[in-house]
This record gives sequence, structure tokens and C-alpha cells, in this order.
Amino acid sequence: MSRINDVGGQSGFGLVAVEPDGPPFHADWEARVYALNVAMLRRGVYNLDQFRDAIERMPPAEYLAASYYERWLVGVESLTASAAPELRPDDG
Amino acid sequence: MTGHHSNSEIAVRVRRLEERLIGAGLTSDDQLDGIIGQILSGSPANGARVVARAWVDPAFRERLLVDANRALDELGLSMSTGPQPQRLTVVANSATTHNVLVCTLCSCYPIGLLGPSPSWYKSEAYRSRVVREPRAVLAEFGLVLPEATEIVVHDTSAESRHMVLPMRPGGTAGLGEAELAALVTREGLIGTAAV
Repeated sequence: MSRINDVGGQSGFGLVAVEPDGPPFHADWEARVYALNVAMLRRGVYNLDQFRDAIERMPPAEYLAASYYERWLVGVESLTASAAPELRPDDG
Repeated sequence: MTGHHSNSEIAVRVRRLEERLIGAGLTSDDQLDGIIGQILSGSPANGARVVARAWVDPAFRERLLVDANRALDELGLSMSTGPQPQRLTVVANSATTHNVLVCTLCSCYPIGLLGPSPSWYKSEAYRSRVVREPRAVLAEFGLVLPEATEIVVHDTSAESRHMVLPMRPGGTAGLGEAELAALVTREGLIGTAAV
């Protein structure tokens, strides 16, 4: 079964918005999301296939409404949802 | 490309995620800064160096087309600085064939070598259309190819990334390697420009 990300050959997405020499990241948070994902991958919290899967199973409407790095944010958030801050002794 | 959430809303969400993951001992500010520095050190200039060497050294060109990862070693370059090490395949344009790259499913790109991909490469518009009407899409980039030129679209996979080796432009016989490298653009390495 194909998912919403499988857009090859589909119609209706309009013209390509070419942006010559565009910056790699359009906001600081995009770079931070990128780095968080790489850090989790390197630490083995999840692997690249799991990350891709987490994005590709987003509900289609959410997937299409989200910007590229917003999708990454959704992926990292969902794959690390169970990672809670370590309790310090004085936290009780 | 903007989504349905404002930039500042998302920035707050990212900050919260970052604090949670640092708090859980899974990463640190220093590590995150290091990763960003590493990715920004990748640049199309790396690909341009590879192309220029292939233009002046036919034996290197052969080695590059057979085993690109090994050929990169010769120039002190690597595909290992991205999220994970990747295999690289270099595809050469010729008088009869033009190559262009896409990742229809997501955004696979030789990020460790060339740095982050341009926004349009990740857009649904590019991913959906370049496999169906490559000639029209390339024309929108200003690249109008002769009808007789065959266009080969490579749909990149997670494990294997591609880079295009453009044809050396005419009238460049007297140029040195660095001057040749300066002619090569990021779009040329993806195939949406001639060079």
C-alpha cells in the first residue's frame, strides 16, 4: 500500500518553486531539529528506517500541511516520546 | 516552504524537545553544535572538486564511475559526515544522455558530501513531476535539452545516493582544475542545470 509520501508521478502539486542558492536552513530551529535527529541516530535510539517510517505514517493531511523540517520534528518527537528527563535526587 | 504552524510556535516545540532529550542524557548542546557545524561544512564545492578532477584526469573519471566512494578518498572527501555513511554512485552525462536526480519518497541526497539539499529538491512538486515530465521540469529550471537527448531520471534510495557528472563545457581547454571547479553548480550536480 502506498503512503502519502509516495508522490512520484502524481499530478496536482503545481510548479517547482526554484530558489537559487537558498540557505540550507531557513530558521535556527530547522538546524536544531536536523542535529537532534542525527544525535538520536548516532546514539542508536532509533535507526534511519524507523525515522523515515515515523514521517511516512503521518496522517496525509498533516503530512501535506507540514513543512519539511516540521515533518522531521514530528518524527523525532514520536520516536523519543518515551525518553523522559532523568530524575535528579532533589526532584524527590 | 512554510507549514501551518508559525515559526515561533515550532521553535518553542523544538526547544522543549531539545531540553527533554538533553535532560534524558541522550545528547548535549556541544554535540548538537558539532553536528550542525559538520553538516554545514558539506558543500557543493566538494562535488565541484570531484567533477573538475574527472574532467582533467580520465583515469580518475574511470575510477569514479566504477567506485565513487573509493575515488572520493583520493581527494580526502567522504560520504560519512551525514546521518549515516552512504554509498555514492556517479552518473555521467554525455552528448546523448542527460541524468537528473530525485528522491520521490522523501529527500535522499548525498548530504554528507554536498551539504543540505535545496528546498525545491524536497518539495512535492519536484518529486512528483520530474519522473513524469522531466523535460518540462528541466525547462522550468532554464535547462532546455534537444529532443534527441535522452533524459534518465534516477530515483535515489536510502542506501545509495547519486551525483551527476556534467559534461565539460566547450572553450575550457586552457583552464586549471580550480577554475573548472568554479564552473560547476549544485544544480549541475543534481542534473537540473547543464553544469
